[in-house]
Amino acid sequence: MFFTYLRRELRNRRKQTVVVAIGLAVAIALVIVVNSVSAGVRDAQASVLESVYGVGTDVTVTQAGEPGAGGPGAFAFGSEDGEASEDGTRSLAQDNLSVARGSASFDVSALETVAALDHVTGVSATLGLQNTSFSGEMPDFEAMQEQMEAGERPEPGTAGGGGAAGGSSFEVNSFDVTGVDPAADAVGPLTTVEVAEGRTLTADDADANVAVLDATYAEQQELAVGDTLTLAGTELEIVGTVTSTTGDGVATASDVYVPLAVAQTLASLDGQVTDLYVSVDSASNVDEVASAIEAALPDASVSTQSDLAEDVTGSLSTASSLVGTLGTWLSIIVLAAAFGLAILFTVSGVNRRTRELGTLKAIGWSRNRVVGQIAGESVAQGLIGGVAGVLLGGLAVAAINLAGITLTGSSGGGAFSFGGGGDVGDRLQQMGGQAPDAGAAGAAAPGGGPFGGGGAVASAVDVVLSAPVSLWIVLAAVGLAVLGGLLAGVVGGRRAARLRPAEALRSLA
Amino acid sequence: MYQIDTLTKTYQQGKRVVHALQDVSLRIDDGELVSIQGPTGGGKSTLLQMLGGLDRPTSGSISLDGTDLAGMNDTDLTRVRAETIGFVFQNFNLIPTLTAQENVETALVPSGVSKEERAARAVAALESVSLGDRADHLPGELSGGQQQRVAIARALVKNPKVLLADEPTGNLDEETRDEIVDLLEGLWKEQGLTLILVTHDSVVARRTPRRLRIAKGQVKDLTA
Ligand SMILES: Nc1ncnc2c1ncn2[C@@H]1O[C@H](COP(=O)(O)OP(=O)(O)OP(=O)(O)O)[C@@H](O)[C@H]1O
Ligand SMILES: [Mg+2]
Repeated sequence: MFFTYLRRELRNRRKQTVVVAIGLAVAIALVIVVNSVSAGVRDAQASVLESVYGVGTDVTVTQAGEPGAGGPGAFAFGSEDGEASEDGTRSLAQDNLSVARGSASFDVSALETVAALDHVTGVSATLGLQNTSFSGEMPDFEAMQEQMEAGERPEPGTAGGGGAAGGSSFEVNSFDVTGVDPAADAVGPLTTVEVAEGRTLTADDADANVAVLDATYAEQQELAVGDTLTLAGTELEIVGTVTSTTGDGVATASDVYVPLAVAQTLASLDGQVTDLYVSVDSASNVDEVASAIEAALPDASVSTQSDLAEDVTGSLSTASSLVGTLGTWLSIIVLAAAFGLAILFTVSGVNRRTRELGTLKAIGWSRNRVVGQIAGESVAQGLIGGVAGVLLGGLAVAAINLAGITLTGSSGGGAFSFGGGGDVGDRLQQMGGQAPDAGAAGAAAPGGGPFGGGGAVASAVDVVLSAPVSLWIVLAAVGLAVLGGLLAGVVGGRRAARLRPAEALRSLA
Repeated sequence: MYQIDTLTKTYQQGKRVVHALQDVSLRIDDGELVSIQGPTGGGKSTLLQMLGGLDRPTSGSISLDGTDLAGMNDTDLTRVRAETIGFVFQNFNLIPTLTAQENVETALVPSGVSKEERAARAVAALESVSLGDRADHLPGELSGGQQQRVAIARALVKNPKVLLADEPTGNLDEETRDEIVDLLEGLWKEQGLTLILVTHDSVVARRTPRRLRIAKGQVKDLTA
């Protein structure tokens, strides 16, 4: 009788049932979408971090550079450098391989210090460098100066401060070079790469002039395995290309990987490194290890994975905060509205059925049986809403996944971006599939003055959003809908419980 | 057997106190057929509520076969209603979403009989009110007289001792009224029920061996 009566009531009040179920379904779907998208965004953040810092890295150690120090700083051009053409303009080309601006190298002995700490299960060191090449033409400054002294206005178009103006045109190109210890493979940036072509660095390569390239960078530069790459005047043989294991089209942490010792030699930074990748025995000890490292290495800046997660910027962090705040509030509001709707309809249903429920009591139905019937109806509505909501939410998540939303995240402490040139612009253009000419954009800005270099160090990684729907979310969502039904049932049931059986004798209504 | 002593029921209507029943003393023996008449607002339905254990009096006692309904808790009153008392209402009060047979079965739900027995007894009860062929009809598909027959089947399917009817013919035309009264009278005779019926209708009242009249909360026995 319970189920017959329940089914008949729901079918008879089809409109209310549908409205309540839709309300709950929309709320449930929203909860599922918000949950799975934020899980997707978290995954994306994790893969951004992984692609930059490698799998298994719990703590990274870097050292902030003195302002102005290090970095692909000023190119020093003497007036005698380069070849002067007939009109005094000089063609110049110069390479600069040094520690990325904003960070500093430190002695490799830090590695031993960290390795000796409790709970540390692995450490590897890398030397992050940036190679900036400059090529272009500069006007004859001497001639200009003579003209100025003679009181002559410089002819427009031949001189002037503007980089793009006058006889100057420059191209600045930069790429990342990371010196890695080929023997250390447990932790570090190479843990999230796989060989696309050729091979990766091995322990035998320790002092060999070889390089492994990011596959995307290699393609963009039209370089292949077997070609050579010139770094600080030394020719390196390209032995392999690598891609990220975190996703298709995801760039790896660096453009070029060379053996650590080679990087140190080429950059004249013997015994120096820029990053330590530390793995810790258990997640609960990460903070303790981080503090111990800070104590042991006072100049170092120490970041844990969660610090790093906060550092992830770009559309990823926008998505993360959007989902986190707006999504959560929206689900709470819609959920509350749906619950309210369910309660409202249940209560009004009980009010409408006063005589009917009174009659059941009059003919001997206990209060609990009547309340149970009302609660059963609301819970069933909740269940219908929950199932519909899971379907709706599943469809919405599937649509989001099919849409292939690409989120871009950058991570890399202390980096600053410069004029849209350099690395970020470079990679953005990669994403758009255009030929890179980052140099032009980067160089146009400060004109003839000393160059700051193509400064951006941040590694931008784009990740296609993949929102997972876990069984747990589905069960929780259905549970939430049933809870809404139960809540309505309790409120409606309380009313039904208070109803006097004598209501059956009311001749009105 | 009902034994009622100085039964009083007052209602609070805002600031006004309404004496729906005042010092009513009355005895109704098993197997009696009693009609209750009286002006509107006189207290007929209130008395029926007391007799049926739907509500408790403000003071006084009302005992059914020696147990005082006035002193019972809700659970016990519910059991009395489920087992000993059948109700028939002016507006039939059928559950609109349930078929005739299912409506009759609702009266057997509290006693916890098996599904099969419930169905069989419901069908038999419908047959006893000549509606065996309408078991699958919804109340909306039945005439007023037929709906009241279903309600009578629902009231009697549990074999109660007492049948209380509040204006059972109030919503029916004369012809149907006579059919229903005939039916009730037949069932009363057949089953040895105590049948108490509230009616406005003197034609109906004249057919009952005992006639009570309630006005202003006070009962007068017209047949005494
Ligand atoms: N639940 C209640 N709350 C307040 N007053 C009530 C309530 N039930 C009945 N009354 C009052 O008690 C008095 C008796 O009512 P009752 O319903 O018993 O009259 P009745 O004789 O059945 O009238 P009718 O012929 O109109 O059905 C009336 O004045 C009525 O207004
Ligand atoms: Mg009445």
